[in-house]
Amino acid sequence: MCLDCGCEEGNEKKYFEHKHDHAHPHVHTHDGHTHSHAASEEQHPNSRVINLELSVLAKNNAIADKNRDWLKSKGIVTVNIISSPGSGKTTLLEKTLEKLEGKINCSVIVGDQSTDNDAQRLMKKCKHVYQIETNSSCHINAEQVGNVLEEVTDDTTQLLFIENVGNLICPAAFDLGEDFKVAVLSTTEGEDKPVKYPVVFSDARIVVLTKVDLIPYLDWELKKCRQAIQQVNPGVYTFELSSKSGEGMQDWIEYLGKLVN
Amino acid sequence: MHELSLADTMIREIEQILDREKAEKVYSVTVLMGRLSGVEKEPFEFAFPIVSEGTRVEGSKLIIERVSAAVKCDECQAETELDVPYAKCGSCNSRKVKFIRGREFIIKSLEIE
Repeated sequence: MCLDCGCEEGNEKKYFEHKHDHAHPHVHTHDGHTHSHAASEEQHPNSRVINLELSVLAKNNAIADKNRDWLKSKGIVTVNIISSPGSGKTTLLEKTLEKLEGKINCSVIVGDQSTDNDAQRLMKKCKHVYQIETNSSCHINAEQVGNVLEEVTDDTTQLLFIENVGNLICPAAFDLGEDFKVAVLSTTEGEDKPVKYPVVFSDARIVVLTKVDLIPYLDWELKKCRQAIQQVNPGVYTFELSSKSGEGMQDWIEYLGKLVN
Repeated sequence: MHELSLADTMIREIEQILDREKAEKVYSVTVLMGRLSGVEKEPFEFAFPIVSEGTRVEGSKLIIERVSAAVKCDECQAETELDVPYAKCGSCNSRKVKFIRGREFIIKSLEIE
């Protein structure tokens, strides 16, 4: 077995979908450090290989950990809400904030590529709302969240919602310092979306299925959708609700209440 | 297309490492990319030469090693490769599994001078 990566020689697909040269580089120690020389086809006589095992997102992850520590020290529970555009995140938050008013002190960070339209809507329901405009970027990063935490919260804040940019791919890669991710999916998107975008759905602690009031009008089967969710994330808790009609909202609100108490 | 910003982030990390190592040139960058990392190989390969232009990383070879996803079964304890996106044990078909590999997005090594 190759000690670099665990692949079996001649059976390289066992663990890795790669092809590499099995004429291994050699490793030796001098000047108090270990390094290896490349055994690649292109020889660079004066080159050295340094092994790093460093996460590309190390900096983002370090800031995310700092955010998480700060939020924990303040006793704030944080959820990162991710979905495709138009699945109903903002409407869900509007209705959620309405129902939590006077019971749980909430703050919201909302990300969009452009405009503060969502923040304007949410500010009618909550005093503490901050809009991040990401411009050319398709996700919010930990630094952007860290920069606004003090402004968007106060000493009474119990629950922080981060409404991520509408996108099922990119936000999944960025830890923001949340306690957990919530994946939102609407009935108008097709039952198999979780299977098509498994990265975000497999990493979510909670899935919220929205717009269930539309089911009678759609060629859409709840059973198939539940199956697709469970296929990528077995056992994940799913709330099935309609922000508009209020159906199923009570369970969601009770769940949020338990998070902070 | 977050691969562009990820490639940019990676180049900045590498520049810092080059400073630390007092290196002038990079011959190759080896990256481990998990099947569930949320990063795709082709757009990342597209972005790499663009964002490395004008840096000490310019002209280096990008080697991407894909890491398949794997799960450990809570019931039979087997560690099996995952048939993405279906989260189940490849040995006994149980759905009580934990992800043990596949979310990596790591700079594995640099060949420098």
